[in-house]
Order: sequence, then C-alpha cells, then structure tokens
Amino acid sequence: MEAVSTIEGRAIPLGLKNIDTDVIIPAHWLKTVSREGLGKGAFETIRQTPGNPFDVEDFVGAPILIAGDNFGCGSSREHAAWAMLDLGLTAVIAPSFSDIFSGNAFKNGILAVELPQEQVDRLLEVAKDHPITIDLENQVVTTPFQDRFAFEIDPFRKHCLMGGLDEIGLTLERDAAIENHEKQRAAGLPWLDTPNKNRREHA
Amino acid sequence: MASKPRTLYEKIWDAHVVERQDDGTCLIYIDRHLVHEVTSPQAFEALRLAGRKVRRPDLTLAVPDHNLPTTARTAADGSRLPIKDAQSAAQLAALEANAPSFGIDYIDAVAPEQGIVHVVGPEQGFSLPGTTIVCGDSHTAAHGGIGALAFGIGTSEVEHVLATQTLLLRPSKTMEIRVEGELGPGVTPKDLILHIIGMIGTAGGTGHVIEYRGEVFERMSVEGRLTVCNMSIEGGARAGLIAPDESVFRYLEGRPYAPIGEDWDRAVRWWRSLATDEDAEFDKSVVIQATDIEPTVSWGTSPEDVVAIGGKVPSPDSFGDPSKREAVRKSLDYMGLVPDTPMEEVAVENIFIGSCTNSRIEDLRAAADVLKGRRKAPGVRWAIAVPGSGLVKRQAEEEGLDRIFIDAGFEWREPGCSACLAMNPDKVPPGERCASTSNRNFVGRQGPGSRTHLLSPAMAAAAAVTGRLTDVRKLMGE
Repeated sequence: MEAVSTIEGRAIPLGLKNIDTDVIIPAHWLKTVSREGLGKGAFETIRQTPGNPFDVEDFVGAPILIAGDNFGCGSSREHAAWAMLDLGLTAVIAPSFSDIFSGNAFKNGILAVELPQEQVDRLLEVAKDHPITIDLENQVVTTPFQDRFAFEIDPFRKHCLMGGLDEIGLTLERDAAIENHEKQRAAGLPWLDTPNKNRREHA
Repeated sequence: MASKPRTLYEKIWDAHVVERQDDGTCLIYIDRHLVHEVTSPQAFEALRLAGRKVRRPDLTLAVPDHNLPTTARTAADGSRLPIKDAQSAAQLAALEANAPSFGIDYIDAVAPEQGIVHVVGPEQGFSLPGTTIVCGDSHTAAHGGIGALAFGIGTSEVEHVLATQTLLLRPSKTMEIRVEGELGPGVTPKDLILHIIGMIGTAGGTGHVIEYRGEVFERMSVEGRLTVCNMSIEGGARAGLIAPDESVFRYLEGRPYAPIGEDWDRAVRWWRSLATDEDAEFDKSVVIQATDIEPTVSWGTSPEDVVAIGGKVPSPDSFGDPSKREAVRKSLDYMGLVPDTPMEEVAVENIFIGSCTNSRIEDLRAAADVLKGRRKAPGVRWAIAVPGSGLVKRQAEEEGLDRIFIDAGFEWREPGCSACLAMNPDKVPPGERCASTSNRNFVGRQGPGSRTHLLSPAMAAAAAVTGRLTDVRKLMGE
C-alpha cells in the first residue's frame, strides 16, 4: 500500500444516499481474477445517465468523491474499492459509510472521510467549481475559501495509511502471540481444531 | 471478583482476543473461514506473490456458488459439462486449483454437498456456536443464527485470515432487537426481518452487532434464525446473532464437521454458557411487537423500502427527509410504480425462490405448500426454484417437492446463488418485475434494469399462482 498524506484536487459532487456496492460495481464485473481494470465498470448505471457528474470534463481523473449517507452499503465486494482506485479516486467524503466498505477502502489506501451532513452539503456546493484538500496528518478538509472541517479517524488506520504499512506483514510479526492463543484454545476448546478430522471419523 | 455482566457478542469476542492494542484495536482469532470463487482469487494470488502460506488450512472450507450455472452440471454419461462463460469458468477453475494447492478442503461443483456457502456451513456442521466465522461475502451474518459471531469481509481481509488466521478489528457496539409476542399465521422469519429493516433503516445497525432476543426467536426453527441473521447486513449491522440453545444443538449434532463424543459434550457445555447475562447492557435497544407484523414486501430499491402486503406504494411526499423524498421518487421511477397503488395490484412476470436467505428445506416446503395442486398464472413468464445445496435438493426430491414445483410450472434447478445477484446466466430481464426470496432489491441487482420485490417463500409462491403480489393468507387453508 502506498503512503497517504494529502489528497488535493477536484471532487465529484455525487451526493446520493445509500450508494450500494452493486451501484459502485455491478456483479457482472466481479468475474475477474485480477484487481485491475475495474474502473470501466465503476458506477456503471449512474454513468449511463446523461448529464451525470462523472461525464463532466472537469471531473475526469478527480481524486475525491462526495456522497450521501451510508456510502458503500450492501455487499462485501472489495471490487468496489478496486474499481474506484482504477477510476482515479483515492478519497470519499460522506456523512457515513458502511462498516465493510470503510474497511475495504482503508486496506486499499482510499481515505473514507466522515463529515456532518451540513459540511458535506457545503463541500458539494464548493466542489462544483473548486478543488478540495484533505490533509490526513492534521485531519482536516479545506477549500480555497475559509472552510476548515476537522474529521475523526481511527488512530491505527491513520498510522497504517500514513506509513503505507502492510497489515499482514504487521500481524505476521505477532506470530508468537497467535501461537500462544492457539495453544490456549487447543487446551480449553480442543474441538475447535481440525474439524475435518471429525468428518473422516464420521465417514 | 464478580465480573461485569456480558452479552453473547462480548463473550464470544473476549474468547477470541489474541492481543489488545493501546488504541483499542484487537487482534481477533478466526475459528472458521469459508471461501468461494468470487472474492478469493486475488487473495490467493497475493499470498503466492508474497511467498506466504495458509496458516490453518484445516479451519478453512472452500465451495463454489456465485458463478455456477444452475442448469445441469453433468451430461448423461456423468461427465462434467463445460461452463460457457469463459470468465466464470476461469474464476471457478482458479478456486478449484487454489484450494488443493494451499491444502484447503474443497467441495466441488458436482459434489452432493455443494451449495451456497451460507447454507453449506451450518449444514456441514462446519459453522458452530460461539465461533468466529468469516467469509468474503456480506451475508456471512447468516451463521449468527446458530449463535456464532459471523461477518463478511473484503478480499484483503480474506488474505489476512488465510495468512494469519486473525483479523485486526475494533469491538462493535451492541444492539438488542427484542421481539415480543407471537408471529401470526402466514407471517414468517423473512417477514419479520424485512419489517425490522423497515423500522431501523439500512444504516440502523451500522457499527453494531445485533442480538435478536425474545420468545419469537426461541420458538423459531434454526433455519428461520439463519434467515433473520442473514439480513442483518441489510440493516447495516455487520453481524447479527441469536443465543445458541437446544434447537441449535439438535440441529448440529452428527453433522460431518461437528465435534463428536466427549468433544461434543464439552462443546455443548461451553455453548450453554454463552447466553447474554441477565444484567448485561446493550448500547442500543429496539422493541418490536410481533403482532404488528404482517406478510411484508418491498416496493423500492433499498431493503428498508418495505410495506405490509395490505398496504400501498408510498408517495414520495409522505417522507419528511428531503433526500429520502428524492430517493423514493428515483426508486419509484426505476420500479415503474405509481404512488398509492395497492401492493396487491402489482403484477409480476418472474418468480425466484432461492438465495442464502431462503433456499433451505423449510423454505421449499413453505413454497410447495402454497403451490400444491396449483399452477403459475399465465402472466408469470419465468419461475425458478433453486435449492440452497445439493443435500437440500435431494431432501426436497425425497419429499416430492420437486414434482410440486414442476407441476406448478417452475423450473427445478441445481444449487447456487443464481438470480439473487445474477452473476450466472439466471437474470431477470430489463423492466420486468421479480417476486424474489433473496435479500437485496438494489438497482440492477437481478440483472440490468430488473425490478425486485423481496418477500418470503410462501409469498413468492402466492405471487406465482395469482401473477400479482398477493397476501398468502388468502390462499391458505383453501
């Protein structure tokens, strides 16, 4: 994962509520064995509508998307995050996110910034003609005007994003603790291990 | 030391903490990992590129479901029929190769045990109470029905679990949904969960794990509980669960992956200790009267867009929130519905009985009860029944349910996810309506331009018979 610090540029003012992952990437795009090339299918149904914000020339390649409540609800498909990255999006601003999507976004270095509805409304207005800046280190979203909107982020996620850290690599370093847990588990709840052993004995 | 009273969720969580970081993030041990073909190939590929192995292949089970056609899989001579869609075939081939090369148990496409991963887990006894269960699929919440902490994960997390058998998580808030009283005749677990989602909204459970409580759930069959917990994610909760009890133990005992002998007795003792303590507190609590619930259907493009079958298509103006008003207007336009139309006047051309929500034997029996001696209406162009697994299919055939479906004009299919998400050839044509026992009515979910009405298996059967959304109670006892 690449380190993330400041994201600056145009922001697509989409603004809809409950954008589900079937809207972000429809199921027929999921038949791939790769993470690449999904941008073509990103927001397919919205992009088929004439006059949609993705078609506006100024927003081509924009790094930020602004959406409504409950962004990314529905399926756990990480293809949603991959499709957005492939489209050039590295941050989403919304009043709220689904739990699974915000996890998937984070794992791919996409910043999911939660701001209150009034601030999102203000950004939707500004974004029509002006760029927006997200400063991760200082946890603030700014516009070329006086706007300065502070946001919260899980400190561990911030640390990983800013350092571009590989979470699996970090966890593998905890091998001794995992092994210790497995030993305790094997002693206390031994039936949890090797379930397929039972299967063979049943057979 | 008297310990603080804990909820079912908190007890399972505490038992799986490997390490707790200062910021509250926990490394959580994962007991069971289910893998299917769509969300795993990139994870296996990444492991291979990094030279990493699967830490605990014995705790992982792989089965294909999303992409498989539900038409015949073998020819008359028993040979495997090729899958026409090249991309689907490649994805299935990847799982078929990845599972053995990483030492993972694999149920192949023509095995009698093959089925939808969330039907297979409990059916095989691979999913157990008190365990942490994950799968790269949001409907993993279903396994909460047997008292597990089960939730969907993305592909990066699939890779993390394969490599480390753990996940880095923050504890969720707890939410109690207590249902008081008894469900009326013709009101099923599906109606109950649709009603709940309508009440709390699709983001009502975000950040929370739901525990469903009350006598309704104690009396509910294990299969019904799986249906309820399955759709927790539609209420925004990553997981939903119900305290494991004697019904669950009876359901699991003797299943292929379940513990046996002394191990079984020890397991049951532990499972009995997991129920929420009397004085435990929930962060949020919702109380629902069961008698308020009627057979329920969806009218819009979000699972919170539901109404009792006796109700009408709502008017956008009846919603206070301006952004919801706009969303409703868009939904009704997509759905081709006019405000104030009685739901029972909505004609349907397609019927889908299946999905990880409603494809178990009790679901098929409930639909067959309504269809017996009847035929689908002339306006119903396509009706399919897709059992959740090969074992469900076999059981249904032993009970003669397949004949009832076929005589009623249904196609009797092979198991898989099918028209729930239309990744395989089972699609609802653009502009057509489908009465569907699945879990999502999103735009384009059952195929581009498809219009979905979510309902119970009995209600889907009733719609097949009349060609309209219909209160199944009118067809009962006739």
